[in-house]
Amino acid sequence: MSSFLKIDHVDKNFTRGSMETQVLKDITLSIEAGQYVSIIGHSGCGKSTLLNLVAGLLPVTAGCVLLENKEVNSPGPDRAVVFQNHSLLPWLTVYGNIKLAVDKVFSGKKSRAERHAWVMHNLDLVQMSHASDKRPAEISGGMKQRVGLARALAMEPKVLLLDEPFGALDALTRAHLQDSVMAIHGKLGNTVLMITHDVDEAVLLSDRIVMMTNGPAARIGEVLDVPLARPRKRLALTTDPIYLKCRQRVLEFLYERHHFVEAAA
Amino acid sequence: MEVRPSAAKVLALTMPKRGTLASRMIERARDTAAQVLPPLIVLGIILGVWQILCMKPGATLPSPSKIWVEAYDLIVDPFFVAGPQDIGLGWRVLTSLQRVSVGYGLAGVIGIAIGTIIGQSVWAMRGLDPIFQVLRTISPLAWLPISLAAFRDSQPSAIFVIFITSVWPIIINTAVGIRNIPQDYRNVAQVLRLNPLEFFWKIMIPSAAPYIFTGLRIGIGLSWLAIVAAEMLTGGVGIGFFIWDAWNSSRLPDIVVALVYIGIVGFILDRIVALLASIVTRGTAAN
Repeated sequence: MSSFLKIDHVDKNFTRGSMETQVLKDITLSIEAGQYVSIIGHSGCGKSTLLNLVAGLLPVTAGCVLLENKEVNSPGPDRAVVFQNHSLLPWLTVYGNIKLAVDKVFSGKKSRAERHAWVMHNLDLVQMSHASDKRPAEISGGMKQRVGLARALAMEPKVLLLDEPFGALDALTRAHLQDSVMAIHGKLGNTVLMITHDVDEAVLLSDRIVMMTNGPAARIGEVLDVPLARPRKRLALTTDPIYLKCRQRVLEFLYERHHFVEAAA
Repeated sequence: MEVRPSAAKVLALTMPKRGTLASRMIERARDTAAQVLPPLIVLGIILGVWQILCMKPGATLPSPSKIWVEAYDLIVDPFFVAGPQDIGLGWRVLTSLQRVSVGYGLAGVIGIAIGTIIGQSVWAMRGLDPIFQVLRTISPLAWLPISLAAFRDSQPSAIFVIFITSVWPIIINTAVGIRNIPQDYRNVAQVLRLNPLEFFWKIMIPSAAPYIFTGLRIGIGLSWLAIVAAEMLTGGVGIGFFIWDAWNSSRLPDIVVALVYIGIVGFILDRIVALLASIVTRGTAAN
């Protein structure tokens, strides 16, 4: 069995003092190259934890994460993350933020001129080349997220990890950015793992939607294939029967079978 | 029903007229006056009250007019040289500044280094922090006998006192700054696999810069406080010794002039570090 990215029987416990809480229980998921997979669940179910395990920012308690059949247990540029709060370095310009990543990842592989061209290429990709000399504080939230995306893309990751990348944005900006991500995914064919809590976003963007049960000890409740042809058009999909069916399935899962329980003690 | 975009009437805006050169100059002058006049007026009032209080015979302190007459050469020419111990206050301030720059420079480098270690390592913090918290409350002058005994010379002793006075705020603020580096930045560094040296220069120092500069700014103030006290005891050429010397020969007007010098130089030092901070930390604080 050799899938591109494999999350194999992963458990994750957090220990604080003598208290041990199980956050994730027996998570198994295979992702093929070029697939766009979303993980959806109520807040606190551990979906961000799962992403951090794949990113290597957290160690797994049991099981393992395999990328191209190699275990990953530390962070690296082959699994670039777009963080929810953009995480741009405020003392660097937009250009400088991406340059930092490019210089580190491609030192010795690309010449100085090539690295510059690669930074500009990725800024073009997210339509941000006009703001390359601005600092993060001088651009809007949506623009910051674009730059964060460009930084991740510039690392040429094997898997692109998106941690609720549009969560902090207003609805219009979010739609705009989703279209950009779809276009880039269509163009580059990246493998993407995205965390979201937005049902429409999950259905619109993904090939597969992984639905998580509520924590503690969250499991994968259901995996739904989204057999919609690409490229997808936001407006046309609003009346598409397959789209509506998928949307309904996810909503049923989230609000009927695993509705959110506030702070179950 | 047809939906039609409605057109708004175009309003003609009259351009605000640009004033003539003369009127703009007057405007500028008025702004400057509003800034400069209030402190000048207050200064005038203070000098006036002082003059009235110290004019009557038997006053213990010199009045401003007396100071002007008796310390005239010190006020008008900071850089005269009339003999080995009879030089302008400018020269004395420069000598003191030289000591401060060595001691404060050392405090800056060592303070940031130790602060970084304490900020990074929980064990270093647990071990060193309580000791530092006790040491930093010790007065600069209390260190002087110890350093005189250790160095057996006034020059390095004075420098050591500057160092030991100004190093604590730099250490403590740097440590706080390092500890407060957001987890986001650490995550970015981890994903990029920055090595420790790259992490230090590219993440830690810029991220902690506002804190470090707070420490540096407190430090420069403290070291300027300490140098005057240290020089009063160690002697030599500095501004502190000048005050002690003037006191011993009952030249009160000279002391007042020296105090003004010390105040102004301290103010300038503080401004310089603040300016440096605003240049270096541009963009860091605002987010």
